[in-house]
Amino acid sequence: MCDVCGCGSGQASVEGRDIPAGDAHDPVHVRAHRRAGGHAHDHSQDRPHDHPQDTQVPGRQQARLVRIEQDILASNDRYAADNRRWLTQRGVFALNLVSSPGSGKTSLLVRTIEALADRLPVAVIEGDQQTSIDAERIRAAGATAIQINTGRGCHLDAHTVGHAIEALAVPEGALLLVENVGNLVCPSAFDLGEAHKVVVLSVTEGEDKPLKYPDMFRAASVMLLNKVDLLPHLRFDVEAVLANAHRVNPELRVIRVSALTGEGLEQWVGWLEEGVRQARHRAGANVAALQARVAALEARLAAAGR
Amino acid sequence: MHEMSLAESVVRIVEEVAQRERARRVRSVGVEIGRLAAVEAHALAFCLDAASRGTLAEGAEFRLIDVAGSGWCAGCARELPMTTSYDGCPGCGGPLRLTRGNEMRVSDVEIE
Repeated sequence: MCDVCGCGSGQASVEGRDIPAGDAHDPVHVRAHRRAGGHAHDHSQDRPHDHPQDTQVPGRQQARLVRIEQDILASNDRYAADNRRWLTQRGVFALNLVSSPGSGKTSLLVRTIEALADRLPVAVIEGDQQTSIDAERIRAAGATAIQINTGRGCHLDAHTVGHAIEALAVPEGALLLVENVGNLVCPSAFDLGEAHKVVVLSVTEGEDKPLKYPDMFRAASVMLLNKVDLLPHLRFDVEAVLANAHRVNPELRVIRVSALTGEGLEQWVGWLEEGVRQARHRAGANVAALQARVAALEARLAAAGR
Repeated sequence: MHEMSLAESVVRIVEEVAQRERARRVRSVGVEIGRLAAVEAHALAFCLDAASRGTLAEGAEFRLIDVAGSGWCAGCARELPMTTSYDGCPGCGGPLRLTRGNEMRVSDVEIE
C-alpha cells in the first residue's frame, strides 16, 4: 500500500507492475497524483469538514463524537472528476463497459476496433482480476491497450484508471474504451470519469437481469444486446428484456449486436463516431474560447501601452 | 463484493479524522448505508473488522445505520417509500425520484 495516500491497497497492478509504494513513486504515479491535487497531500478538500461539531458523550469521559458526514466514495469521486477533466480537455470520448462475465465484451471490442481501423484512434484499458489475456487480444486487433489486474478487487476504481490513462498515453481526440471487471454489481458504484457507462447483456442470459441488477442498468446510457445471432436457437424474449431494461431506465438506448456476424455493428460504431466528434468539438470549443480570451487580453494590453 | 473497498475507504476516512483530532483510539464509527445502495450490511461489517486491523480504528464498534428508501413523485407532490430503485408512484404511476436510501456515508466518529 502506498503510505503517502493509501492507494494500491487492493493489490491492483497496471501491466503487471504494482501501483508503487510511497517511497518508490515513478513519474506516472506522481503525475497521476499531481493531477488529483498534488502529491504533497494538501488534500484540503479531502478533510471532511473544517470544524466538526464535537459532542461530549455523556457518561464516557474523554470520549468525543466528531460528526463528519462524509461520503464513503468521496475519494474515488474526486479521482473520477480529475480523470473526466483530463479526458474532456483532450477531446477523448471515454466509455466504461460493464457486464457479467461471459457476455462477449472483449469479442465485441475486437470487432469494434477492427471496424474503426483507419477511422479513429482507439485506446483500451482492460480490467480483470488476473492475466493479461484480454489486453493481448486487443493489441492483436490493432489498438493500444493496457491491462489492469485488480487482484482480489471486483471492480475498477478511478485512481487505478488514472494511472492507466497516464501509462497508456491516450492520444487527443481518441476513443477510450475501458473494459471493467465482469460483474454486474460492484462497478456501478465506482465512477471512473467516463462519458457514459455501456452495459453489455447477451441473449444467453436471463430477460430479468435488468430487474435483478437495476443499479447497473440505471447507471448505463447504452445497452448492447449481444449474441443476437443465437436468437433462433434460444427461448429468449427480446421484448421482455427491453421492457425490463426500460422499466429500470426509460432513457436507455438499446443496440442489438452480434460480435460474431457483425450485425448491428454499424449502428454501434456510428454512435461511437458521433460521440468522438462531439468530444473533439467540445475540446476545440474550449481551446477556441481560451484563444479568444488571450487575444482580447493582448489587445487590451496593447491599447494600454499606447 | 465491493464491500472490502468500501470498508477500506471507511477506515481511511476514520484514520484521517483520528489523526487530525490526535485521538488515542477510536471507540465507534457511525456508517449510514441505504437499503438501495447495493451494499450487503453483513459483508460490510465483516470487512470493516478485517480492514481496521492494525489501524487506529482496530477494535472500534462500527454502528451500521440502516436508511430506508424513499422517493419524490413530482406529479402528486409527495414523498413515498421505495423498496427498489425503479418503483413507480402507486397513486399516479409516474416515476419516483430517489431521495433517500442510496447513502454510503460515515456520519460520525467517536474518539478518545
